[in-house]
Amino acid sequence: MTAAHDARLPSAYLTPGTSSFAGFLADQAPDLLPGRLASRQQAVGAVDVPHGTTIVAATFAGGVVMAGDRRATMGNIIAQRDIEKVFPADEYSCVGIAGSAGLAVELTRLFQVELEHYEKIEGTTLSLDGKANRLAALIRGNLAMAMQGLAVVPLFAGYDQNAGIGRIFSYDVTGGRYEEQAFYSVGSGSLFARGSLKKLYRDGLSARDCVIATVQALYDAADDDSATGGPDLARRIFPVVAVVSADGYARMPDADVATIADEIMAARMQRPDGPAAPLT
Amino acid sequence: MSMPFYVSPEQLMRDRADFARKGIARGRSLVAVQYADGLLFVAENQSQTLHKVSELYDRLAFAAVGRYNEFENLRIAGVRLADMRGYSYDRLDVTGRGLANAYAQTLGTIFSSGGEKPYEVELFVAELGDSPEGDQIYRLTYQGSIADEQQYAAMGGSAEHVAEYLKEHYQPGLVLDDALRLAVAALAHDDRDDDGTRQIGPEALEAAALERSRSQPRKFRRITAAYLSDLLGVTTVAATEDESQTETEPATPTSPQTPGQAGTQRIAAQTDESLVEPAAPAQPADSPDVVDSTGSADSAEPADSADPTDPASAVGELPDDSDSPARDV
Repeated sequence: MTAAHDARLPSAYLTPGTSSFAGFLADQAPDLLPGRLASRQQAVGAVDVPHGTTIVAATFAGGVVMAGDRRATMGNIIAQRDIEKVFPADEYSCVGIAGSAGLAVELTRLFQVELEHYEKIEGTTLSLDGKANRLAALIRGNLAMAMQGLAVVPLFAGYDQNAGIGRIFSYDVTGGRYEEQAFYSVGSGSLFARGSLKKLYRDGLSARDCVIATVQALYDAADDDSATGGPDLARRIFPVVAVVSADGYARMPDADVATIADEIMAARMQRPDGPAAPLT
Repeated sequence: MSMPFYVSPEQLMRDRADFARKGIARGRSLVAVQYADGLLFVAENQSQTLHKVSELYDRLAFAAVGRYNEFENLRIAGVRLADMRGYSYDRLDVTGRGLANAYAQTLGTIFSSGGEKPYEVELFVAELGDSPEGDQIYRLTYQGSIADEQQYAAMGGSAEHVAEYLKEHYQPGLVLDDALRLAVAALAHDDRDDDGTRQIGPEALEAAALERSRSQPRKFRRITAAYLSDLLGVTTVAATEDESQTETEPATPTSPQTPGQAGTQRIAAQTDESLVEPAAPAQPADSPDVVDSTGSADSAEPADSADPTDPASAVGELPDDSDSPARDV
């Protein structure tokens, strides 16, 4: 940091200009940017890094729910049982991360500061689309790392205060931004989770029912994907569930998630494949 | 070709100080008041969008008077510095002292460098502590001097009168509404106000607070004009009643506020008005300097009782768990 050498504010700090923290960082301290390592170390061929984890999100009337399992893997090893992968991005949005954890956590931190920084400098918050676009730009900045196999693929969801609805955005490693309808899932177990949500999701779900649907989907993902962690009954570790509505971001208390997970477990004892959807 | 006249350094500095002081004296005042649950800032400000008070970081607020373009520049620099520190270290490592020092160095350098004109600004950098004892208000002047204020502070054109009013009426442990009333009343007691009847409407006020009770890590909150007008709709009436009573009867104001505190304040207000007001001559140009000395003299007890160590509660929810290299999520 340049400020460390001189107690004065550096002139770049006093120069009017960008409202973007990431842009400011790129000028003033580029070594702090998450994607910085790629430029130093030339491609050594793809590092074999599997995508662990599953993040699911689903909208309900008046908001959106995002849930993430708690497992981090390193190859065939379970690196952590209680990692948290769903974070608040700001007061009305959240981000769930999939991909290599170190980079993803740092990228999320940068994204959080980016939104807060804009809000403080401009005196107003970004629109939900603006936030989604900023995240796309940050992911694109990580493209070189992604080409080396260290991809970060977040899922972004938030409450659109102008439209009064919850919205979900998915991304690819090149920073492509895609708005999803109703529900979506990313990560290694995402295919199973999405299949599960297809059968469970319906319009007009309440917030709690929506949470149940996402936790069911995570259970199905853990059922078929080794890198996704199911509810850990012995250690009482349950998914992280975020609910974003007009009241803002709220992480569902662990006790409430535990209650829902216990209900689901009890039902799965009777029917391990989960609730049966009608045939027609 | 003209020969430059010799100007003594003392004269040069005095001229620059006069210049800055005059610029600041043209503006309206701003007060910071400590209340039970945090720190309150109230400024006279006609604009709803060009703020004098704003958020710097989780527990830090910035307030300024003087030239807008200059303090806005300083504010943005402070936000950048705070966000940069918080991002490269941790949110807990962003302290009011660090920011106040950076501002002091910057203002001091600009003031004493020959090339630039001095900034015509005064700043507060305030930090919310875990408890009222941990609250800090740093006051920075155009020349880069820094003072640590306790309980309340005022700056701007009529800071002397405003601070005097606060000194008379401030009591520790105010609730937010009482603190707001006190701050607005103090702002109204400036030297533009000869007979003590000036009122400031909610549309000409800007108020914000650092609230300890907020559950979010970011403690800064703007107090809306609607809230202010609800609150002041009552107060301004009560205040004028008070004013009119000044000569006639000594005490017992019938205001709907908490009887104990408000009552004693009113009595004090009356003595204050009858004794102090006529004696104090209006001298807008010099006031900031005078206040500078009195203001810091009020709070002369060394104030670093609480080192601005931030509370653990302010930490974000990010886990620092990336201790193994390529962990996959």
